[in-house]
Amino acid sequence: MNGRILHIASNTFREAVRDRVLYNLIAFALLMSGAAILVGQISIGIEHLVVVNLGLTAVSLFGVVIAIFIGIGLVSKEIDKRTLYTVLSRPVRRWEFIVGKFLGLAGTLVVNTFFMALGVFASLLYVSQRFHASDGWVLVALYFIILQFLIITALALLFSSFSSPLLSAVFAFALFVIGTFAEDLRGFAGITHGLTRWLATGAAYLVPNFSALNVISSVAHEQPVPGHLILSNTAYALVYAGMALCGAVLIFERRNLK
Amino acid sequence: MKPSLRTTITAGILLLSCLTGSVLLLRSIDRQRTGATLEEVLYISSPRLLKHLSLGYDGLLADIYWTRVVQYFGDKLDKGAEHYDLLGPLLEITTTLDPHLFVAYEYGSNFLAANGNQPQRAIELVEFGIRNNPNEWRLYYDLGFIYYLDLKDYPKAAEAFLRGSRVPDAHPFLKVLAAQMAERGGDIQTARMIWTTTYQTTKDRDIRGNAAAHLRALQVDEDVTLLEKLVSLYRDKNGHLPQTLSDLEAANLMRGTPVDPVGNPYQLMPNGHVEVREPDDLPFIEKGTPPGYIAPKPKFKPVD
Repeated sequence: MNGRILHIASNTFREAVRDRVLYNLIAFALLMSGAAILVGQISIGIEHLVVVNLGLTAVSLFGVVIAIFIGIGLVSKEIDKRTLYTVLSRPVRRWEFIVGKFLGLAGTLVVNTFFMALGVFASLLYVSQRFHASDGWVLVALYFIILQFLIITALALLFSSFSSPLLSAVFAFALFVIGTFAEDLRGFAGITHGLTRWLATGAAYLVPNFSALNVISSVAHEQPVPGHLILSNTAYALVYAGMALCGAVLIFERRNLK
Repeated sequence: MKPSLRTTITAGILLLSCLTGSVLLLRSIDRQRTGATLEEVLYISSPRLLKHLSLGYDGLLADIYWTRVVQYFGDKLDKGAEHYDLLGPLLEITTTLDPHLFVAYEYGSNFLAANGNQPQRAIELVEFGIRNNPNEWRLYYDLGFIYYLDLKDYPKAAEAFLRGSRVPDAHPFLKVLAAQMAERGGDIQTARMIWTTTYQTTKDRDIRGNAAAHLRALQVDEDVTLLEKLVSLYRDKNGHLPQTLSDLEAANLMRGTPVDPVGNPYQLMPNGHVEVREPDDLPFIEKGTPPGYIAPKPKFKPVD
């Protein structure tokens, strides 16, 4: 990979760490240990279920919040601090800057998710006393959550390349919510007719599909995730994130920074 | 070519390729996950829990669940499914989230009783609706309808219609229906009255079409019964069966050529039975069909 992109990515990662982004891990650790200890005392038979559901949901929500709130500032902060001019005055192309920023934040989220995953598995070990073969599917759910982060990060970058941080956050969060209901949207498109059908179908395919990436419930019920779904979801997330990044590059390339 | 133009062109081409790729992949994912969504929805099978989790946005969530009911039902119906296992739980969630979603009781009970073969569950659904909407006379009507049509329990149907007739602004026909049902539950006049009331009171095109088709079917059943009686009378008088229905006219047993509700003349079969010419055009008929006839999925006429 291009050395300049890697440089920007590692700087973005270091900056996120310096911004104390990883402090969320403390809150996560408290949440997981509290849940693991409490649920055994107040309920019967659902300890494993609650730890998986709560753990994976927390990983997802913490990561989405980080992806949106860090992602929207990746470009605007550099412009506000005027550090962007220093970067672009060197032999760094604008697209390299965007891709580097994306990879830096994606890396931060992967590291963050790795530590949270350790917390989830530690809680699982605490409530079940040992690991089961089906706990392996929790790894797949975590992998899908990382794929979600890639899409959201790319979207946050896309919005931040042309809009203010506040509006970018609103847009990205709205797309996250809509994407969660993407299958309903496609179902709705399927039962409409004429122009409404075309519009609804177009919108349904344009918004990100987060519902297929959410296997938390089935994993909590120890149901396997088909291999072809893992492959398709991987390809989809990469392609969708790529699409959003291309949009960000196109806009940023033509943006007047004076 | 300028480097920035090159980047723009490359990014543009990549964007379009990714967009196409994402649509194709999504279609493939949808095919892999057919049916998975609703089952996942029902992992939270407790309507009350779901209501709490909705954080006050239960109206919107109820609308989403109602849409899921319609999609689930439509999909199953299209595939000719015999079991509608998720229909009951989905309706229960929908109506708990929004107990005033009238349409969910009206259509939902019909889906459950007629297609889902779960009349008892349909009754529970409508009774739940009545508890939450005691002044909606149509719910009592729906309840009576299920007792009448699906369970053939005429006293219960009469009771439901009577309860409905006491609701303020109830349709005056409910009282008549209650009396008629108590007196002569299973006869053709009662059936005609039920379907006429449905036809006159509904605003929904499909329900209206269904009622009109039932009214036509009742007409056919009545006509065929009468014509076959006349054929027997002719045989008793003449010692042989008539060749055609015109023989009945010639014997002064009736006037004119009898036609079915879609305008086709009835036809007399060699064994003395009377049949309609196009049974597929007359859904729900119980008489006048050829031996071994299997009715297709009913199609309602646009004029209804």
